[in-house]
Amino acid sequence: MERLARGVSFGALIVVIAFLMLPIAVVIPVSFTESAVFSFPPEGFSLQWYGRIRNVDGLLGALGLSAQIAALSTAISLLLGTLAAIALIKGRVPGSEAVTALMISPLMLPGLVLGIAMLQALREVGLRDAWWSLLLAHVVITMPFIMRTVLASLSLFDFAMVDAARTLGCSYGMALWRVLVPNILPGFVSGALFAFIASFDNYPVSMFLVDVRTKTLPIQLLNHLEISPDPTLAAVSTLLILLTIFVLFLCDRLVGLRRMASL
Amino acid sequence: MSAVLAAAPATATRRPEGLTLLVLPALAFMTVVFLLPLLLMLWSSIRGPDGFSLSGYVRVLGDGYYRQVMGQSLQLGLITTGGALLFGYPAAFALARAKGYAQVVLFALVFLPLTVSIIVKSFGWGIILRRDGILNWAMLELGFIERPVRMIFTEGALYAGMINVFLPFMVLPIYSVVRMMDRRLPDAAATLGASPWFAFTRVTLPLSLPGVVAGVSITFSLAVAAYVTPSLLMGDRFMTMSMVMAKAFLNLRDWQLGAAMAAVLLFVALVVVVAAAVLQKRLSTARGA
Repeated sequence: MERLARGVSFGALIVVIAFLMLPIAVVIPVSFTESAVFSFPPEGFSLQWYGRIRNVDGLLGALGLSAQIAALSTAISLLLGTLAAIALIKGRVPGSEAVTALMISPLMLPGLVLGIAMLQALREVGLRDAWWSLLLAHVVITMPFIMRTVLASLSLFDFAMVDAARTLGCSYGMALWRVLVPNILPGFVSGALFAFIASFDNYPVSMFLVDVRTKTLPIQLLNHLEISPDPTLAAVSTLLILLTIFVLFLCDRLVGLRRMASL
Repeated sequence: MSAVLAAAPATATRRPEGLTLLVLPALAFMTVVFLLPLLLMLWSSIRGPDGFSLSGYVRVLGDGYYRQVMGQSLQLGLITTGGALLFGYPAAFALARAKGYAQVVLFALVFLPLTVSIIVKSFGWGIILRRDGILNWAMLELGFIERPVRMIFTEGALYAGMINVFLPFMVLPIYSVVRMMDRRLPDAAATLGASPWFAFTRVTLPLSLPGVVAGVSITFSLAVAAYVTPSLLMGDRFMTMSMVMAKAFLNLRDWQLGAAMAAVLLFVALVVVVAAAVLQKRLSTARGA
């Protein structure tokens, strides 16, 4: 009986993983096909679709914009979020639970609701510039990821260690840098990584804020998919998958994947 | 304010006061860029061309078409959550019980899909389900079918795609609870004469419930608000609340309708969050007692 239960549960895990990998795995062989349709099995072998990535209108520009917005919004959230987390843990913030809820709640909101609210508000104040709209919105998107991880690692940190370092002759700033920073670094790295991915992949908020010339990568990819689907998309997708695997591998070395996921 | 700070006695008390102020930049930013727009959206949902009007809500809640859309969204959320729970619950146990290097690899395989763009995954599903796609090809080769079957743009395909996208959100919370569970407890129950089924329903299942509540609430609130997957796998044939909102804002320019629908979706999300919080609290007090 217990063996049966163990077998069922292990079987379910194998089914789940195979099922999860399926749509990701099929993209890769299709990207090497010779023909212009996604027929299966792929015909021949060629790298032509990788060469064509450069020719697809706006794809590289969109990639650059997405990377830029994701990096900047993550950096701003890191700065604002870390300061706020320090205040929430060490200071005396009135209504600190409500403040924390405010910072984390964009994560629980349906993405489109956030997008619509931002669109209306930006129209109301007359900000029509897509780049700035995207940046402001993406700081809101990334903030919960930073807050959750930095709050969690700060609350585990024993601040008496800072006092100990000061007793041993460190200045306050030096004590923070030598004792606090190394301790909360894993929280920073994993929070920043999740925030970057959340911004880089975001579709439902960005779709309301882009304009004809300023499009993020997910928007551009979906446009291309709807208008002229060809294996170039499979090539881009394969590169994105490889990039993701590389980043995950890097994080596993730096922080440990399981630790990241528990946050 | 600065005068008060300057007058405050040295270091010991000044430090926390100064630290408290560090919350201000983030608080100001989130209030102006997040909270105010949200309130503005709620305000605009009750504001017609000539002042106060509930016509947006009357249309959304009264019209048969929009009621059907809401029903479909809830149905999509429920079926996705149910399917994810059915497969995710036992899988999370196997993941938590795996050891050493195998666990790291299995974990990475469950985790990787979370970081792959939803557009890439939906694109992959398109390739699998097309008339000349991989599934039709495999079934033809194996002789299950004689000519290709239409699968894309069917409800079955939509549910499969949705479960695929949201399954990790179910597995990971359950996994993190099961991993922390004291594995000697079911053994203790067995020593005391409990049958495996009794031990499961009275010991293991109740202990795993916090993970289930977390997984179910996350999966449901994401699935009920889904936009990309249903619009790519079904298009206009299966409208969800999010799709109506996007259409109202981007095509119809009917902001009041879109804002009212958004308010309804916001309400659903709030109900889920509050219900999950109440359940978690009840579970933790039940354990304490």
